Amino acid sequence: METIELSYPAKRKIPSRAHIGVVGSGDLEVLIEPAEGKSAQVRIRTSVEGFEATWRAVLDRFFSGYDGLASIQINDAGAAPGVVSLRLAQAVEASEQ
Amino acid sequence: MNTPAHAADFLRRQSFIELNARERANVLVDAGTARELLGPFDRIESPWLAAQGITPQADDGCVVIKGKIAGQAAVVTALEGAFQGGSIGEVSGAKMTAALDLAAQDCERGVPTSAVILLETGGVRLQEGNLGLAAIAELMNAVLVLRRRAPVVCLTAGTVGCFGGMALVAGLASYVVMTREGRLGMNGPEVIQEENGVEEFDASDRSLIWAIHGGEQRQALGLVDALVEDDVSQIAEAVRASILKGVPSTHRSSEIDLYRRRIQALDASRQWDPRELRTSWNDQPHTEEKQ
Amino acid sequence: MNTEAIIRGAAWFRALTGRRHPLPGDPPSVLVADADLGGEPTRFLCVVPDRNGRFPCARRGEVGLEEAYTLAARVREVTREGGPGRKQPIVALVDLKSQAYGRREETAAIYLAAAAAADAYGSARLAGHPVIALVVGQALSGGFLTHGYQANRILAFDDAGVMIHAMHKAAAARITRRSVAELETLARKIAPMSYDIRDYAKLGLLHKLLHPQSPDEPTPEDIAMVQLELLAAIADARSAPFDLRSRLESKEARETRKASRLVYEKIHEQWHSRSEVTR
Repeated sequence: METIELSYPAKRKIPSRAHIGVVGSGDLEVLIEPAEGKSAQVRIRTSVEGFEATWRAVLDRFFSGYDGLASIQINDAGAAPGVVSLRLAQAVEASEQ
Repeated sequence: MNTPAHAADFLRRQSFIELNARERANVLVDAGTARELLGPFDRIESPWLAAQGITPQADDGCVVIKGKIAGQAAVVTALEGAFQGGSIGEVSGAKMTAALDLAAQDCERGVPTSAVILLETGGVRLQEGNLGLAAIAELMNAVLVLRRRAPVVCLTAGTVGCFGGMALVAGLASYVVMTREGRLGMNGPEVIQEENGVEEFDASDRSLIWAIHGGEQRQALGLVDALVEDDVSQIAEAVRASILKGVPSTHRSSEIDLYRRRIQALDASRQWDPRELRTSWNDQPHTEEKQ
Repeated sequence: MNTEAIIRGAAWFRALTGRRHPLPGDPPSVLVADADLGGEPTRFLCVVPDRNGRFPCARRGEVGLEEAYTLAARVREVTREGGPGRKQPIVALVDLKSQAYGRREETAAIYLAAAAAADAYGSARLAGHPVIALVVGQALSGGFLTHGYQANRILAFDDAGVMIHAMHKAAAARITRRSVAELETLARKIAPMSYDIRDYAKLGLLHKLLHPQSPDEPTPEDIAMVQLELLAAIADARSAPFDLRSRLESKEARETRKASRLVYEKIHEQWHSRSEVTR
């Protein structure tokens, strides 16, 4: 198991929390909650070790288009980057309602 | 069969099987009444998985929704088949048992509260071994206690089916609802093939699998109360109808004389085509048996 | 440990009841007798191998269709025939090779047979009969759920021949894709996965570990000790509610089953709160 923690500067308070996904093989769940302070925090737990650089790249890209002050928890069981991006987008959509 | 009416019905169908556990539980409850308990944000996870390199799920693969069904108080617990095969760990087992305990307490206080258990599960989560097995035993007790006061409805729609120790929970249920895709049995085909060889059970033979474990066969043996299409509204209606029937006058697991006779009548010297049992087993259960 | 011939169940049944044969009409694989225990007639039940059994997959001490329904019927007799007054104790002697894995069994709905036996035991307990499971050998998965796990109190021998688990090692290793050695290493770290009865005792489910000198062939001292412990367990069961809460309230459970206890505590709070609907 690997835990990766990332943070990104953020200001915009998000309307609500949201949960998306299932920790199935090749999939992940995302929990997104409003955060306090000045940065969005991401905590990733994954059963596939050694891909920290890939995770950083995916999250960097995600945050280049997302400005929410959020606390994001990802529980991953080997999802491909495309699936991760999809779930993040779904979580954001759900949290903006 | 291809009249416009049939085609329109088919198009209007919404697959239940394609929904995840949370979605399934929510569609069964009257709109505007659902309240999830111990949801993912409560983060009560398995304490045992991370140490084994398995990523825990925030709800441990079990969803609990309290609400109303057909206007009556009910709790729905749904196992997520996509997480560890819907297997029972310490937490997922405890969630189901605690929910049924609370439903029974409400019944005692004069608020009849039914339970609906969505079973997509292979049984015990081996990574939690004895705590998973013990959790199933405790859940079985909770079913025995609640079913005297309010219906316990077990629903298996597929694709995982209901196997292992959790099949005993289905055996104790007041009502069982299945789709044709759903399967119900104590031991899955792979396990039997492992233990007693491919002659005993060829796990690659799909038609054999459904011929023995499939919803249609189980219904033909009188073991299922409603066999429904994979359609959200039909399944929700079957669950509602079960709850409205109330506590049955007898439970299948108490019909010992009936089933003992059926077992004694079996010619165990050969394998049978499962369909052979359909005629002899589909008579009405005797009601003289007292519990 | 002799995994082929399950022999302890029959030996202890004989030792505790003086009988060795099934009741009239019962299959040879289920031994049932009412025997005196501390001056009170107590029903003992045990599943044993029957090499000539009708069902080929249930000849080595597995709990098959006939075994499960026979257990169910013999336990029901106790609850049905009991009048007012003291409820007859029921002792499940457990040494079995798991449930029966067969096509006949699946076709004829062994899951329901198992449920029927568990229903009988659980209903007897809920009606006030003290139900004690005495694990003298193996207690595996569906077999144990059927015969023993609905007991008020579980006793087990502290011995290498005793094992309580969800699946035997070879199969568990195969399914979790590890070697048996890896599984054993993991099991040392993770108490619920362990095959050692002393680790099982840490889970808080067991009432007591017993130490007979000769578990395969009980000595008179062994028998006397076990009888006393059974009586103590029966008295303990009678002094407490008829549910399974002791498995969560025990000293060991407070240590090892913290997550279960947290679930019960939190769900109780949330059940009764007036928070918003989620849909």
